[in-house]
Amino acid sequence: MPLVTGLMNFVVPLQIGARDVAFPFLNNFSFWMTTFGAGLIMASLFVGEFARTGWLAYPPLSGILYSPDVGVDYYIWALQIAGVGTLLSGVNLIATIVKMRAPGMSLMKMPVFTWTALCTNVLIVAAFPVLTAVLAMLSLDRYCGTNFFTNDLGGNPMMYVNLIWIWGHPEVYILILPAFGVFSEVVATFSGKRLFGYASMVYATVVITILSYLVWLHHFFTMGSGASVNSFFGITTMIISIPTGAKIFNWLFTMYRGRIRFEVPMLWTLGFMITFVIGGMTGVLLAVPPADFALHNSLFLVAHFHNVIIGGVLFGMMAGITYWFPKAFGYKLDPFWGKCSFWFWLTGFWFAFTPLYVLGLMGVTRRLSHFDDPSLRIWFLIAAFGAGLIALGIGCFLIQLFVSFRNREALRDTTGDPWDGRTLEWSTSSPPPAYNFAFTPVVYDNDTWDDMKKSGYVRPLEGFIPIHMPKNTGAGFILAALSALVGFALIWHMWLIACVGFATLLIAIVVHTFNYKRDYHIPAKEVTRVEDIRTRVLAGSHV
Amino acid sequence: MATGDGASISGAVSVAPGGEIANAANDSRRFYLTREHHPENGTLFGFWLYLMSDCLVFACLFAAYAVLGRSYAGGPTGAELFDLPLVAVNTSLLLLSSITYGFAMIEMQRGRVPGTLIWLAITGLLGAGFIGIELTEFAHLIHEGAGPGRSAFLSSFFTLVGTHGLHVTCGIIWLITLMVQTGKHGLIPENRRRLMCLSMFWHFLDVVWIGVFTFVYLMGVLP
Repeated sequence: MPLVTGLMNFVVPLQIGARDVAFPFLNNFSFWMTTFGAGLIMASLFVGEFARTGWLAYPPLSGILYSPDVGVDYYIWALQIAGVGTLLSGVNLIATIVKMRAPGMSLMKMPVFTWTALCTNVLIVAAFPVLTAVLAMLSLDRYCGTNFFTNDLGGNPMMYVNLIWIWGHPEVYILILPAFGVFSEVVATFSGKRLFGYASMVYATVVITILSYLVWLHHFFTMGSGASVNSFFGITTMIISIPTGAKIFNWLFTMYRGRIRFEVPMLWTLGFMITFVIGGMTGVLLAVPPADFALHNSLFLVAHFHNVIIGGVLFGMMAGITYWFPKAFGYKLDPFWGKCSFWFWLTGFWFAFTPLYVLGLMGVTRRLSHFDDPSLRIWFLIAAFGAGLIALGIGCFLIQLFVSFRNREALRDTTGDPWDGRTLEWSTSSPPPAYNFAFTPVVYDNDTWDDMKKSGYVRPLEGFIPIHMPKNTGAGFILAALSALVGFALIWHMWLIACVGFATLLIAIVVHTFNYKRDYHIPAKEVTRVEDIRTRVLAGSHV
Repeated sequence: MATGDGASISGAVSVAPGGEIANAANDSRRFYLTREHHPENGTLFGFWLYLMSDCLVFACLFAAYAVLGRSYAGGPTGAELFDLPLVAVNTSLLLLSSITYGFAMIEMQRGRVPGTLIWLAITGLLGAGFIGIELTEFAHLIHEGAGPGRSAFLSSFFTLVGTHGLHVTCGIIWLITLMVQTGKHGLIPENRRRLMCLSMFWHFLDVVWIGVFTFVYLMGVLP
């Protein structure tokens, strides 16, 4: 998830022709909150222990009676602190996309990745408060003896399950929508064609965004909510496959009669399309409540969600990393090791998870450490072989990073446009200068950069003006560090430190607001210097 | 690759004399601005987004109250506990503070620093009065043995009302900060923007309180 947010944070301002996000300080603060949240989880490896209550910490197991140690407290405070970061970053990116698009870029001229980022951040802003609230209630149960989710005194543990999935289901769309955006960019670029069905792609994304709030109960059909409630959530879940299917067809039609280049990002995209369709179909099977009663908590379910998370999100992020790596770091990733990684991942995935579908249909449940039935062994062995292949895929990726770094001079991207891209981020240098664009671009077409290249756009060489930019500040780091300190003190019930830390945090926030001088101008001379270097590099690359 | 980006293409007009936008080579369209581009400030919009997310936190707490509000676990009920006249006084304090904040904003629009500060101070005092009465009510309930741990009803009651009170407290701290900043720097654009944000926050808390008053107190005393 931080990877997804990071990708959006890097790519979106470049795609919409902006210098930065709408609230640069908030962005910095959000980043450090996420970092310190992750830091708290890491700390649990060394001091105390982490939660042993599964992914979503259902009470009453996560309540104080059954989990009296600090594990669940680490879980709560790490998620709360990182969650604040995520929420603020969501607010920030929505404001950025709504307010800071380059002149001429109407909503229906935004690149599809920016559209998916917009929908994702709407989901973040609408889902994360629910997580904040439900975790706050759980912590009150644990710290103050309240009875939200307890078994006695009127508490209702199923309310936790409902609330956490009202966050949790949109969360999986928060992960997958940006991946859909990546695939849209990659397919169009490597087919050398405009994306097929842009408008339907946008509407499909918006429909998925809305529907993702109406399906949470499919995570626990077996709760016993009755036939009509289960039918409603089963049907809404199945409906989601329609806009998703529309997207798949759009990508296929984009490739149809395109001049496809099978570069690494395109390979990940093709692998995704095949894998994800099958994962989606098993999802529709699980959406049928009677089938779900049989398959609930089985390895079939495990296979399904790995099928969509690995085949969708992970492949999407691999495609996105390979695609935008040269933009971010100035050199391409080595294609040979990238292809090795892709093929090991793809074959490994199918070796590892197809047997789990079979096992699940045979009734094998999840979360057991061993099985006595020897007839099941062969399937587990095949899955283990697949896991080995995936390990090789991960290894190849690490080698790819190392080899690419070593050969970075040979792989260097001097043009700023290594893939013959179509959107604005490819019009500036790789890596982009601090101000992204020397002059704010003016947009006429969906595929702005492609349009610019075809109509003979010439890069401006003179007349640069000072550029207004935010100043550096350490305040975000300090505030996030204080939050983590308060969180750590609360985990260990060190009330004095928690109180002093909280008071300091409040004071630090107030003091920060007294700083009015938050921006400066990059002088025109400096802009000219940076742009002249680029002019020389470009001249060299075109000889 | 990237032919259009090359410096090798000649005959380009990079800056149209006297014009704001530069020309492309063989196309009448202009692909970049030569003046500085200042997008509209997004702070108020961003603050609206934050308020909506906060609204969802309250929505969850309201939902919890809706589910648990009648789970008395053999303990006291809302009808036995709530002192409606006191809550009515409290409600009027908060509603009045919204009006006085409105007066502060009118003074701000007229550019008068002292008037703005006086109305802000009155708003803050009304808010403090609200918090004072709420804390008295809480202390009284806890003293009677009706604390947040007594039943799921009281857990959700204390959490919902307490979260609102916590917001008002933060609002008061923010209000004092802004009074100091307005006194120091005057009604500069930054301070006006901040006062606008706090205004939205303050009215938002009022709206939430109307929900609390209706759903928790008024409906809570129904049999």
